Amino acid sequence: MAPKEQAPHKLLKKPENISELDRREFLKMGLWVTGVFAGGSIFSAVSAAAEVFPLDTYRTKYPYKPHYCMVIRVDRCIGCQLCMDACVSVNDVPSYGWRTKILERQAKKAIGQKREFIPVLCNQCNDPPCVRACPVTATYKDRKNGIVMMDNKKCIGCKICMAACPYDARYYCEEKGAIDKCDFCFETRLSRGVKNTACSEACPADVRVFGDLSDPDDRVYKLVHQLQKPVWVLKKEAGAKPNIFYMKG
Amino acid sequence: MESLENLSLTDHLKSAAVRVLSGGPVYLTFLCLMGILFITGVAFGIHSVYIEGSRHAYGTSREVPLAMLIATYAFFVIISTGLCMVSSIGHIFGVASFQPIAKRAVLLSVITICSGFLVIGLELENPFRLAIYLFLSPNFTSNIWWMGVLYSFEVVLLIIEFILLMLDRHRASTVAGLLGIIFGIAAISNLGGVFAMLNGREFWYGSYLPIFFIASAVLMGSAAVVFFTVIAHWVRREPLGEAMRDSLAAVSRLAGLMLAVVMFLTIWRMVTLTVGGTHESMVYKAFVSGAFAFNFWVFEVSLGMIIPFILLVLTRGRSVGLSFVAALLIIFCAFFMRLDMVVAGQIVPMYWELGVKEYARLNTYFPTWHEIFVVLGGVGLSGAAFLLGEKVFDGLGEA
Repeated sequence: MAPKEQAPHKLLKKPENISELDRREFLKMGLWVTGVFAGGSIFSAVSAAAEVFPLDTYRTKYPYKPHYCMVIRVDRCIGCQLCMDACVSVNDVPSYGWRTKILERQAKKAIGQKREFIPVLCNQCNDPPCVRACPVTATYKDRKNGIVMMDNKKCIGCKICMAACPYDARYYCEEKGAIDKCDFCFETRLSRGVKNTACSEACPADVRVFGDLSDPDDRVYKLVHQLQKPVWVLKKEAGAKPNIFYMKG
Repeated sequence: MESLENLSLTDHLKSAAVRVLSGGPVYLTFLCLMGILFITGVAFGIHSVYIEGSRHAYGTSREVPLAMLIATYAFFVIISTGLCMVSSIGHIFGVASFQPIAKRAVLLSVITICSGFLVIGLELENPFRLAIYLFLSPNFTSNIWWMGVLYSFEVVLLIIEFILLMLDRHRASTVAGLLGIIFGIAAISNLGGVFAMLNGREFWYGSYLPIFFIASAVLMGSAAVVFFTVIAHWVRREPLGEAMRDSLAAVSRLAGLMLAVVMFLTIWRMVTLTVGGTHESMVYKAFVSGAFAFNFWVFEVSLGMIIPFILLVLTRGRSVGLSFVAALLIIFCAFFMRLDMVVAGQIVPMYWELGVKEYARLNTYFPTWHEIFVVLGGVGLSGAAFLLGEKVFDGLGEA
């Protein structure tokens, strides 16, 4: 077998052994990589893609085109909640619900910064438990772009998708008579030609980077497929293969 | 049967109405009470979903979306499948001592499944869409879709089985009953799967619930047979015959056996929780010493398992009165078992591990009066339909 076709773990035994040549080989391989650098929920950028979309799942390409995802550079978040406001106004989110939220973690004993903000939203999972659970396909994975959508007229309001979601990303919207959730602003913006989500556009600190994970020229592709900074996902153990990536810097 | 066949439908209805009206003051009082409960429950449910909005009327929330009404639905359909299974022991598998209770068990199975449908119908936000999109837009990977289909088949088969039993067509009723029990077991284990296949919920996830539901169904079915058969004889103001006494003793012994199985399953469930992940150990603490401790130790363990087990074992099912008390306790406490199971799966916040302040406390749930009345509506439907059934079908052909 030619070196190019060898499994990455055979090419790279330890992170410190990565030569520039190896690194270039590694990046060229794209999804032909496995998570050789880390375990747990934090892993290298290249392995982030591989961990979320395991080696044997998508050998040569991402399943959607565009494959929408969001990279959240979590240490940049100042908790201003402008993203939440933008989401509410663009998507008519009622006062009792939310599509995206900023969580706050306090670490009183930490040196320096004592607070951390963690934006959360629907993870547009590749293997969404909500979609599996819905009895009438009122929620479904869009075949083109991978966004987990709602077909409101079908929703029976059984709320099993709310129980199934590992990310608490759903609520019952009285006004719509259906479950409501983040659709990456597909209905209000993307389907009308706008390229970015409302929350990402409103963020003054460029925390939320939205884009196409299948496009090597896209920012999200570059952020996820870099080696220097760790990238992770939330609740990896739920096995839903989320498309919201977290990183610092 | 000959005399029955010679009567017209109108004559049948007239004689049924006469039997109901001549049931005596106690019977009629209970019938009215159950009817009122049913109507009140339906009114509360309609008001909750279509007027006030379930967000205001029910105690469910974004964090705890499934609660008392889902638990009640599970309670009723588990009883229903259990009744179907217990009835099959006699009239399908030929165990003589279970044959006298078969007709009543099948009728009660139909009645309790209808109560389950009523309660879930008043829980769903858009139940009418279900009737359309269950067929037009099915999701074969969804447990709820399968639940809808399997229970629909089961209820139809149970009705056919009951009609055939009343017409004394035993061979045909056996076929319908066998199919009914296959669909029933598939449905009840699939109901467990509704919860067990949510891998984001550690307490529910795994193969435990589908198995537990089947064992629990047989327990509930046998308890329900004892409970309702005794009441049926009070309604008829006739003592239990020898055959029925023997039958109830056999059913009581089955209840005792299944109670032992349920107790062991519960013990091992609790033991395995102690070595589970974060969520599971938190649920364990909630059961042992937290929010569910009273329900667990008083209703589930003491009144729902230990006391009825002692009653059933000591009497070996020979005391109808004590079996009746044990059955009543088993049925009443199973409601709390279902409620605790449903709510406990949702008490640990989804982002608990992040240590963020928004998800720093366990989720809570407390039922509203609207929910309680909907539950009572389901009880009222079962109670009223049972009391009517005893008179309309004239004691279900018992000698």
